[in-house]
Formats: sequence, structure tokens, C-alpha cells
Amino acid sequence: MENTKIEVKDLNLYYGDHKALKNINIDIKEKAITAFIGPSGCGKSSFLKTLNRMNDLVDVARVEGLVNINGKDIYDEKTDVTLLRKEVGMVFQQPNPFPMSIYDNVAYGPRIHGIKDKKRLDKIVENSLKGAAIYDEVKDRLKKSALSLSGGQQQRICIARALAVEPDIILMDEPTSALDPISTSKIEDLMEELKKKYTVVIVTHNMQQAARISDYTAFFLNGEIVEYGKTNDIFSYPKDKRTEDYITGRFG
Amino acid sequence: MRNRFDTQLKELNDQLIEMGNEIISSINNAINALIDKNEELAKSTMEADINVDQQQKIIENLCFNMLVRQQPVARDLRVITAAMKIVTDMERIGDHAADISEMAILMGENNDINNFPNIKQMAMETIFMLNKTMEAYIEKDLTKALVVINYDDVVDELFIKSKKDIIQLILKDPDKGEEIADLLMVIKYFERIGDHATNIAEWVIYSLKGQA
Repeated sequence: MENTKIEVKDLNLYYGDHKALKNINIDIKEKAITAFIGPSGCGKSSFLKTLNRMNDLVDVARVEGLVNINGKDIYDEKTDVTLLRKEVGMVFQQPNPFPMSIYDNVAYGPRIHGIKDKKRLDKIVENSLKGAAIYDEVKDRLKKSALSLSGGQQQRICIARALAVEPDIILMDEPTSALDPISTSKIEDLMEELKKKYTVVIVTHNMQQAARISDYTAFFLNGEIVEYGKTNDIFSYPKDKRTEDYITGRFG
Repeated sequence: MRNRFDTQLKELNDQLIEMGNEIISSINNAINALIDKNEELAKSTMEADINVDQQQKIIENLCFNMLVRQQPVARDLRVITAAMKIVTDMERIGDHAADISEMAILMGENNDINNFPNIKQMAMETIFMLNKTMEAYIEKDLTKALVVINYDDVVDELFIKSKKDIIQLILKDPDKGEEIADLLMVIKYFERIGDHATNIAEWVIYSLKGQA
């Protein structure tokens, strides 16, 4: 059994008066892929965003409860949010490379964090692109705009960009829903590699994807976690009837 | 939602029940052929085995089709997996009905089952197990499935008793030894049918509960 990387206790999230997450308790395991599934509006993406305080950007959002990462409460007032987001990287549904070269996209984070040395940056860019399984495809055109790449390649550039700041945890919000099946399977293979070094948390609408790639699955419904366990167990004998009904397509 | 899938699952269920009825009637016929030394019945039972084999293919295709097209999970996946296993056990039971029928034809005059109460009893008990296991499947009844699993000991015990009876007879009349030894085959078939009925009951439990 892996160690707990993210410990969440009695977490509530409010958007104004609306309670979007209710009493979330979950231990997310280190160096494993944890998938969040559930129907639209169930709170899975909102929950993902509480893990690197992306909800801070929403004025009306308010969080109660505890989120410990590496044993530290990330909602503590002393937390450096920039540093937190370096440790907890994020990849979004739509590939969103910056309108700049492939190289500059990947070097962007390290530069912000003060790395100026060209050789060092070169190495980081190369390693990150390799880590995102895109290096061989782009190594001869690093100066070209990242926007010239295909959607699947752009998404891997975004993953490389996240890796460049040496995160601990990678959050992915439906990272393949805008991609074709081949690009999807490349990203899925990549995730399998990533989990050797990182803790990966993914929100996905694609149940088969959760079943294929994740080690643990949490099923969200109406802002609550209905069931959380090993992916094998969830998809072969879910304990809760609501989980059963959702994953077998009876609602959702 | 998922109407098509539910229709396919229902068809799978209907086909399994039909195959179950088929093998129960085959075993009944085989036993009657054996008891009454009815060669006609034995032959027709052997010929009927082809229907069971065909039924197996139909069910397997249905299962493959659903696995590919529906990518089932949870209970759906268990039901389909269980069906694929159950159908194999059913097909074997069908084979044993044909085997017993063949023995009914081959066995000589000296082998009158009516002189072997333990063997007759064994035949009846395997029929009981088969009926019960099909009831457990149709009614999704855990208790009945457990009855079948526990009942296997009864058949196994009768197997041991019948074997002793057969050995005694051979010792008493060594000249007829070869002929009488055929009965060992018959009781082994019954014992195997009991095992297959038990397997089916275990798969019923798996499809209902998740763990066998």
C-alpha cells in the first residue's frame, strides 16, 4: 500500500451560499493514479481545484476543512500559493500552450522561479519534453510556435510545462477529452510513466479511461464522495448502488 | 438509457435458461435410458448433444459481442463473465449425458442399475443438484446456490459407496469383472456432473455478490 500524499479531512467548499462540496474525506496515495468520476456538476473538478488552491481565484469560493499535502495544511495562511502550485501542477481539458515557442513554453515556469542559466534551462526543457513523451517529435523545431502542433502534441507540451517546475503532484482535468483516440492513448501511456515519479490525480468523464489507467477511483455525486477504493474493486464489485448505477450507465 | 444493452442481457439470460433446461432433460433421458436399458432413448440423447454445443456457441458469441460493444463493468461484467463460465460447465454436463447414454448402450446384461441402489440414488441426487443450481440461477437465489455447493458432498459420498459396491461385485465374480467395471465410468460421470453443478452455483454467487 502506497503512502498517503494528500490527506483531505472534512472539506466543504462553498460558492456563495451554494455548498459545492460536502464533507469530503479522502487519502490520495503517493505515486499512483487516482481518478475522480461522476456526472457533470458533481463537484469532481471543483475538488481537484481545491488541491492547489485554484479556487482562490473565484471570489465567492470559500473552503472549510483540511487539505494536507506532504503533511502541511495548504490552506494555512503561511502557505506560499505560488510555491504550492509549483508542487501541485495542473493540466487542463483544452490544451493551452502559451503563444510562444515550444522551448519558451517549457522554460516559462523555471524562468519565473529564477533560473536564467541557458545550459540549465536547455537541460530542463529537454528532460521535461522527454518526460512528457514528446521530445522526439519536437526536438528539431523547439523554436517553432507551440500553437503549430496538433492537439495531442500541444497537450503533451502542457504536461512538459507542468513537469518543468519539478512538481510532486500533477492534477489533470479531463486531459484527453479534446483529443483523438491515438493522442489519448499516448497521454494514457505517459500517465503510466508519470506515476513512477509523481502522484497523479485525474478528473475524467470517460469511465473506461478511469478503469484503464487509474489505481484508485473516487465516485462523486452531488458534492459528496459516494465511494472510494481500488479501481479494480470499484469497477468489478462496487459497494454502493449509486456507484453501480452510474458506472453501468443507468444514470448520469 | 441502455435499452439495447438490457435487451441483450435479457437474451443472454433466456438462452442460458434454455440451455439449462436442455441439459437437465438430457441427463434425465440418459438416466432413464440407463435404468430401462432403452437403446433408442440413449441414441437420441447422444444425438441431442449437438444442440447443447450449438447453444454454447450462441451464448459465447452473445457474451463476446457485449464485451466488445458495451464494455461492461460491475454487475454487468460479472453477469457476462459468469455466463461464459457457466456455459462451459453446462456443455460438459451435456457431454456427460451423451457419455452416460453411450454406456447405456455398451453395457452388458449383467449391469442392471436397478441392482445398485447407491448408483440409482447418485443419479437422482445429481438431477436434484442440477435442478437446484438452475433454480438458483433463475431466481438469483444465494441460499439455493449454497445448498448446491454443500450438496456436492452427498454425491461424493455416494460415489465412494458405489465404488465399493462395484469392487465387491468384481471380487465375487471376477469373470464378469471387465463388464462390471463399466459401471465405474458411469459413477464417475455422475460425480463430475455434481462438480459442474457446484461450479455453476459458485458462478451464480459470484455474479450476485462479486466474490465467489
